[in-house]
Amino acid sequence: MLYREAGQYKTNYATDVAVFPLREDRIGLAVILLIGFVVLPLTANEFMLQAVLIPFLVFALAAIGLNILTGYTGLVSLGTGAFMGVGAYACYKLTTFFPQVNIIVLAIASGLFSAAVGALFGLPSLRIKGFYLAVATLAAQFFLSWCFIRVPWLYNYNVSGAIEVPSRYVFGVPVTGATATPLTRYLVVLSIVVLMTWVASNLVHGRIGRMWMAVRDMDLAAELIGIRLLPTKLLAFAVSSFYCGVAGALLVFFWYGGAESAVFDVNQSFFILFMVIVGGLGSLTGSFFGAALIFILPIALRVLSPAVGLPLHPSTVEQLQFMIVGALIIFFLIVEPNGLARLWQIGKQKLRVWPFPY
Amino acid sequence: MRAPTGDKIAAGETILAVENVSLAFGGVKAITDVSFDVRKGEIRAIIGPNGAGKTSMLNVINGFYWPQHGRIMFKGETRSKMRPHEAATGGIARTFQNVALFRGMTALDNIMAGRSLKMHSNFFWQLLRHGPAMTEEVAHRRKVEDIIEFLEIAHIRKIPVGVLPYGLQKRVELGRALAMEPDLLLLDEPMAGMNLEEKEDMSRYILDVNNFYGTTIALIEHDMGVVMDLSDRVVVLDYGRKIADGTPDEVKRDKAVIDAYLGVAH
Repeated sequence: MLYREAGQYKTNYATDVAVFPLREDRIGLAVILLIGFVVLPLTANEFMLQAVLIPFLVFALAAIGLNILTGYTGLVSLGTGAFMGVGAYACYKLTTFFPQVNIIVLAIASGLFSAAVGALFGLPSLRIKGFYLAVATLAAQFFLSWCFIRVPWLYNYNVSGAIEVPSRYVFGVPVTGATATPLTRYLVVLSIVVLMTWVASNLVHGRIGRMWMAVRDMDLAAELIGIRLLPTKLLAFAVSSFYCGVAGALLVFFWYGGAESAVFDVNQSFFILFMVIVGGLGSLTGSFFGAALIFILPIALRVLSPAVGLPLHPSTVEQLQFMIVGALIIFFLIVEPNGLARLWQIGKQKLRVWPFPY
Repeated sequence: MRAPTGDKIAAGETILAVENVSLAFGGVKAITDVSFDVRKGEIRAIIGPNGAGKTSMLNVINGFYWPQHGRIMFKGETRSKMRPHEAATGGIARTFQNVALFRGMTALDNIMAGRSLKMHSNFFWQLLRHGPAMTEEVAHRRKVEDIIEFLEIAHIRKIPVGVLPYGLQKRVELGRALAMEPDLLLLDEPMAGMNLEEKEDMSRYILDVNNFYGTTIALIEHDMGVVMDLSDRVVVLDYGRKIADGTPDEVKRDKAVIDAYLGVAH
């Protein structure tokens, strides 16, 4: 009853090609945005903002980036961590050179650097596919990880080898560094993620998105309808790396407050890849679901287990957490191999015809 | 619906000429010294027993294979090497023997993808999905809806093509090729695996495409009844060589053709 397209007539194609053609979806989105921008800032405590919401948004953004490449264009990449690192280090260098420039602008500009690097490492994708491409991107991962350690210029010759985020102010309000409140950082990250999600949704619903999906589903036929494979794939690499790069910059500047090269190692790449696979390949909503399941679920288990009242040793809780998360991932993949996004779609479809079975 | 580039050539003149084309994969000769032409506005069939080199011939025409010898003249331009996307730009569209749709996309998106070449709004408008990008999206949607209506697939427009029955998939694939507004449409066994009713439907669509849009069609088909009814002229290949060329009636009476299909008495 609540979710139904009956009675919503589309009288022109512009309304039919809208990203959210259903009124209920638009209302749902508005409610989520309201919660994100108003309810959570008013109610969430510092732990919630700093340890849950900010990282969730950062990982969701990185997952969107990888999803554009792997989910929409069908190119498997294991270099996500490195591309995030390029964004983080680029942002660090930019703000060193231009301390006066708005840090939010620099965070987004640093995405351009990772886009360029991503496109460069995307060049082999014309010739190699699938697992072999994954291995080729792994080379990018190791090479860039090496750079983050061996090129001291990148971290301003700090003895620790790590980058430390300086305090930066936007309109007199500290947004990065020790003095910035979690709330300010949360709002900045949320705004950037919402904006970039909107842009990604525009891209994947238009001509470029169709070209990416065409290449993913059948590259021969794509070539035949006039899609040039190399530019299309490189564009996917560039856009994907742009998103990952911005996510990396946000991770260091608005969450960690400082980072060393180990943050951007191959584990990070796998972490994001799991989010994309569990969330749903080729779905932006799925990227958020994936980030939530992989990142928030362990935290939820850790916080909730004392609440249940079980007298467990903290290390036991830690072990249990791994086991439960692992089991849940396997469970979800068996129930729905196409990810949580597909479950969500099936749920909506069922709601649409409810109370009838079909 | 017609692409402007093809209009220079009047109906009945040669739009595609295949001249002395030979294609070999290592020691295997797929095509040997084949020449034929396709005239604008006609339906041209390429037939032959299994392994005769028909699909290889189509692959040569739209640039998947580069022949070792011979050349291909399309719309007055001669070329020996060309990439598939260049063939698409030139106005050659194609369907496949085994349906080659984008399985994860809806029928509508598949056909819309066929118009990628005709859409030009730049990347920054695409990011915003406003202004020129949206105007273009709607304008092309309108054209695509014409094709959807023509092929009577309105009821499945928003269904992912992977779950559609085979006959409908073939129709969507034809729709995607039509969306390119080609000057030359290559159909590789458009009726393979269809029942009689589906074959009749498909024949009707092919004739209508030819009549209404004036699209030149070159098709491969195994169903002789269909070939003889649809096509204006037929070229027959056997073991990579051309053994006959002419109207359906001429080809039907040709001794070499009968031998190729029925075998020779020893």
